[in-house]
Amino acid sequence: MKLTLQIWRQPSAEADGNFEIYTVGGVSEDMSFLEMIDQLNRQIVLDGGEPVAFDHDCREGICGMCSMVINGEVHGPIKGTTTCQLHMRSFKDGAKIVIEPFRAKAFPVVKDLVVDRSSFDAIITAGGFITSRTGSAPDGNAILVPKEDADQAMDAAACIGCGGCVAACPNAAAMLFTAAKVTHLGSLPQGQPERRARALSMVQEMDSQGFGNCTNERECEAACPKEISVMTIAQMNRDYLRASVAGDDA
Amino acid sequence: MSAFNSQLNSHSPTGPIEDRWTKHRFDLNLINPANRRKFKVIVVGTGLAGGSAAATLAEMGYEVTSLCIQDSPRRAHSIAAQGGINASKNYQNDGDSTYRLFYDTVKGGDFRARESNVYRLAEVSGQIIDQCAAQGVPFAREYGGYLANRSFGGAQVSRTFYARGQTGQQLLIGAYSALMRQVAAGKVELLPRREMVELVTVDGVASGVVVRNLITGEYERHAGDAVLLCTGGYGNVFFLSTNAQASNVTAAWRCHKKGAYFANPCFTQIHPTCIPVSGDHQSKLTLMSESLRNDGRVWVPAKAGDTRAPADIPESERDYYLERRYPSFGNLVPRDVASRAAKLECDEGRGIGNTGLAVYLDFADAIKRDGEDAIRQRYGNLFQMYQMITGEDPYRTPMRIFPAVHYTMGGLWVDYNLQTTVPGLFALGEANFSDHGANRLGASALMQGLSDGYFVAPATITAHLASGNVKRVGVDHPAFAEAEAQAKARSSKLLSVQGGRTVEGLHRDLGQIMWDMVGMSRSEAGLKDAISQIRALREEFWSEVRVPGENSHLNRSLERAGRVADFMEFGELMAQDALNREESCGGHFREEHQTEDGEAARNDEDFSYAAAWEHQGVDKEASLNKEDLTFEYVKPSTRSYK
Repeated sequence: MKLTLQIWRQPSAEADGNFEIYTVGGVSEDMSFLEMIDQLNRQIVLDGGEPVAFDHDCREGICGMCSMVINGEVHGPIKGTTTCQLHMRSFKDGAKIVIEPFRAKAFPVVKDLVVDRSSFDAIITAGGFITSRTGSAPDGNAILVPKEDADQAMDAAACIGCGGCVAACPNAAAMLFTAAKVTHLGSLPQGQPERRARALSMVQEMDSQGFGNCTNERECEAACPKEISVMTIAQMNRDYLRASVAGDDA
Repeated sequence: MSAFNSQLNSHSPTGPIEDRWTKHRFDLNLINPANRRKFKVIVVGTGLAGGSAAATLAEMGYEVTSLCIQDSPRRAHSIAAQGGINASKNYQNDGDSTYRLFYDTVKGGDFRARESNVYRLAEVSGQIIDQCAAQGVPFAREYGGYLANRSFGGAQVSRTFYARGQTGQQLLIGAYSALMRQVAAGKVELLPRREMVELVTVDGVASGVVVRNLITGEYERHAGDAVLLCTGGYGNVFFLSTNAQASNVTAAWRCHKKGAYFANPCFTQIHPTCIPVSGDHQSKLTLMSESLRNDGRVWVPAKAGDTRAPADIPESERDYYLERRYPSFGNLVPRDVASRAAKLECDEGRGIGNTGLAVYLDFADAIKRDGEDAIRQRYGNLFQMYQMITGEDPYRTPMRIFPAVHYTMGGLWVDYNLQTTVPGLFALGEANFSDHGANRLGASALMQGLSDGYFVAPATITAHLASGNVKRVGVDHPAFAEAEAQAKARSSKLLSVQGGRTVEGLHRDLGQIMWDMVGMSRSEAGLKDAISQIRALREEFWSEVRVPGENSHLNRSLERAGRVADFMEFGELMAQDALNREESCGGHFREEHQTEDGEAARNDEDFSYAAAWEHQGVDKEASLNKEDLTFEYVKPSTRSYK
């Protein structure tokens, strides 16, 4: 396959960026999308240029590092996958592909397709945990968790923190990410004591990090590589409301 | 080499094995809570070992600096572990016990691990589950709300806890959230996108690190009273492995060059169930959880060169070779055995697919027996992943699988306190060599990472901190300036070559040498050839590498060049270790040492030791130190899975 790529190039956070056009040949349909970019980068380096910087690590859809918007779609055209899991058999020979970084005020571009998602870490730091001292836990089976609750927690906990939800949202809101964590911990008995305080402080941090508001577009759910449900947002809103009205003591 | 001259002191406690850890903890000095804040601990890496250690040490009151190369501590490669985590809870009432987990691990490791360490690992395994459950890790549950278990990797008891196919991710998120709680409490200084490029020693004692800020290219100095290396394994020396792209040996190698012995580097684990290589473009291999072997049957065509589609090959012309060769374990033989068996079939021309480097893993019988829904319930996400990568539907046609490098049992030599031969430098998780011997059992990597991080290192760190041997210096100490200058010089050199080959291409060449000659099957001639080829490639690297860009900004090529440069040195040590170990054991198979029917022939008389290599300079042979391994409880026997 031979492809034309239109890729966002930006030397640094401070510099202006622009699209560059590249042609890449010898692409096999068994290649992953990132392997196709590897191929382009080999070409660029041997021609004396600087390769396209992009984030990636596990290349199997679990670390949440890769982050691209491909032809306007977060993580590309296939539902429920990350960019690294996308394969070139999803594209036609001769296709033109536009590749951009995730764009959001709270995810500033670092270089080319690399963005800074430390705002997500800040949201977790604000309360995305259960306070449990190492060594003081009771026997695992002392805390019974109904299977449905465990399954619901696991559905939400599948979030890989990639930020695709933010990139897909017209308001660049981080509702789905935050709600996934609130729902994961709030679905479990272990998470009850801090439940309201958690929702309150995480939502406040989300706002202060510069993420937008939710207007129920549901683009986040559609783009999520782990198919986290927007029902988690409803759950978070309930927890947040209760905490706002009744105070943060659970 | 039959006379052992054990020069290394493991500081392993003596006495009844079930009392050793308790006794040792009592014998270790304590540091009172008010004094702990006076100590700074640097934790490098935020996988299961590093994340859990940093969180726990901070909770205990130490000042912690936590560094990682990813953009967030939540992304370390522990996240990719699928299958589960072992613990000897005996919740299933099927005869499990701490002793049985200990026994299985020593035996599974082919008698090349330290008994005291392995017992401790089994002993704390249950506490790990308790801890993780309390943190909110969404383990699989039964309808009554109790924790669910499964049998994994050929274990004869059900002791594996799991969270769908994402156990590593969930455990890591647990450790990460505990870590972020300490960040919120102001006890952890978190520094992502930093790569450790030098260890700083003062009078031979670890006193800090120099790191490169991957965004700005600046070199930063961090002083500490102890350094914990939790930087994972070195599987990427093979270029293709199941490791993440950034996984590397650099931090460990730089420590090795500063005096930390590297133990058993030739012990690498080749995982039998990976998706086969599809072409030269391939950048990594994807593991399919070995839980698939619970229901899948492994086979190849009985006749070499049979290119018919699998559906056209009748039962009578298939060879279910694992079931045939190992009737009692069948498809569930340990990883090393299953991998070698697959290689043998392919070497003899019975491999399948375009490359002939694959075997079938067939679910047809399981689907017929349990129904497609049941199989979907069990393996749905794995089947989906397989289909995404290969374009084939495993519900209809058998999967194609082939072994791939997955885990490395070797690592920095550590004593019972997890302290390396550099005082003040500790190594945890996959970065150390200790607990899995020559072969790791399934679902035991997560267990070891969390054992080291939550329970062992936080207790044993006082072996250094309370020893009176702490060298506390400021970052203006000449040792920091010297280390920083070394690191800068290396980067400048890499950038100055401007040759005609990419870093990736050179890495690929190294991987090919390693896979062909230091991979699943090794011989004296091949290893000697590998050493000379690696040396030649190393020279080519330093004269031909092209690293674009500059040091002063985000430069992925420069990062990778530094890591590949270290692999070019490290690969040679691996081959040297494999050459020295004139026996076959676990993941290490020497062609000269096999039984008549092709099974590994271990040599306990001459090789019951951990080989701890001491750096003597690049292009010089490392010198060998031995830690004699004695087995008081689990008497060495030949592993047999027939």
